[in-house]
Amino acid sequence: MSDSRIPTSYMTPGNSSFADFLAASAPDLLPSRRALAPGSAAELAPHGTTIVAVTFPGGVVMAGDRRATMGNVIAQRDIQKVFPADEYSCVGIAGTAGLAVEMVRLFQTELEHYEKIEGTTLSMDGKANRLAALIRQNLGMAMQGLAVVPLFAGFDLESGIGRIFSYDVTGGRYEETSFHSVGSGSMFARGALKKLYRPELDQEGAVTAVIQALYDAADDDSATGGPDLTRRIFPVVHIITADGGQRLPDDEVAAIADRVVGGRMQRPDGPYAELEGGTR
Amino acid sequence: MSMGFGGYVSPEQLMKDRADFARKGISRGRSVVGLQYADGLLFVSENPSAALHKVSEIYDRIAFAAVGRYNEFENLRIAGVRLADMRGYSYDRRDVTGRGLANAYAQTLGAIFSSGGEKPYEVELFVGEIGDTAAEDQLYRLTYDGQVADEHGYAVMGGAAEAVAGYLKDRYAEGAPLDEALRLAVAALGHSPGGNGTPGADRIIPVEDLEVAILDRTRTQPRKFSRFSPARLAEILGDRLAETAPAEGTDPAIAPGEVSGPDAGHDVGGEPPIAPPL
Repeated sequence: MSDSRIPTSYMTPGNSSFADFLAASAPDLLPSRRALAPGSAAELAPHGTTIVAVTFPGGVVMAGDRRATMGNVIAQRDIQKVFPADEYSCVGIAGTAGLAVEMVRLFQTELEHYEKIEGTTLSMDGKANRLAALIRQNLGMAMQGLAVVPLFAGFDLESGIGRIFSYDVTGGRYEETSFHSVGSGSMFARGALKKLYRPELDQEGAVTAVIQALYDAADDDSATGGPDLTRRIFPVVHIITADGGQRLPDDEVAAIADRVVGGRMQRPDGPYAELEGGTR
Repeated sequence: MSMGFGGYVSPEQLMKDRADFARKGISRGRSVVGLQYADGLLFVSENPSAALHKVSEIYDRIAFAAVGRYNEFENLRIAGVRLADMRGYSYDRRDVTGRGLANAYAQTLGAIFSSGGEKPYEVELFVGEIGDTAAEDQLYRLTYDGQVADEHGYAVMGGAAEAVAGYLKDRYAEGAPLDEALRLAVAALGHSPGGNGTPGADRIIPVEDLEVAILDRTRTQPRKFSRFSPARLAEILGDRLAETAPAEGTDPAIAPGEVSGPDAGHDVGGEPPIAPPL
């Protein structure tokens, strides 16, 4: 830190938002304050792809595949796209990877800063709204092809349930029930979850469901990476319950992913869903 | 006083007046204890308010504690959180250091103290930072005029600082487990040495009036700060209160045997346990 007196702007009373503090004292650090040359910038940077989230009684699970693409090139095989936002929430990102990661860091700092200044955590809805505000500021860049579309999930300590929020590039915030998916492979993942999701799934069942859904996304979307069996790269899975959030250890994800892949060896399209009134 | 000399005030007198002013403000408040225990740093203060904190989190491994005027140290606390978050955001979390923060506070307090235009801050601060081992733990104490002291083992600031530090001096042992360190700090805060012929009467501070927080190396999250709830405090202190109340006056008996027991088991860095001074 600087060797001289703390700058006046740091000592001035303000609100509890770190983003607002940045806007006042170091606006160049805010992603939304950067000027872009006209035209599309979509092909300049890698894109992250599919994120899925599923609630289960007592918590929520979020998972993301590990691929980042630039056009038809795989830019990175082991990118992390699901991050803890604070102890009871996490955020997964689809869209322009660099901007998205920067936005996640800003969001993490924003939540922690509020918590330290106020001595209490934001409500689940408060956190979801702060994220919406950060995305809204990015609209100009989104219109030039640098969109960031996160999925936000967490455990609501007030109501005692896991909750999922999705967003659009204008900062629209939508609460989802049971499960949701964003990114290029999301329609396939959502289709899979429609057939696999049960409200009574336990934690392991929920993790299996998201890994099945990511498998289906990778099966039909070239920008989504499936389990990489040769390099042992598996989805990042984040679980949040009343005890807080944690990234599921790689060996546990690997065990479930191996089971899923084993099942697909027998039946490449995945498990059968029950057909009511039918024979199967 | 010095106004008698036609309005001239010598620099020495000016500084002395300002120091007296600050010291007087600080001595009105209750004390805060900062103490190293086996797994980190412990901060204990007597604070009947559950909302207005004297001990707070600054960053992953850094905590802040203060005595004096609330509005002034709250202002410094917020500046510290902003400074730390700004640095962590623009560089990396590992680049936020307690030393840097203590330095910024020292410069600020020093500049305010010696500038004629501003009233000196009536505050004293602790900036504590834990490392990977007890040997790397840092506890800085900053005074109203910007002086920094690098404290070892324990430190006390606030109204009854001398009495509390005196009590700790006789009983503090390095590498004590958390429960033991907490009981010692709470007993020290309640200690009154007496004087002028009156015997000291140690108080038992109710659990609701205690503010306790730790920087705990063993916490798995990157943020090592944690605040104790009254329930957890009661759990740790509950039996002690019943024990020490009658044992008053014989308290030096807690000394060597018991304190060095768990210390020996801990074996800090292969060094022989250090016996508390008698």
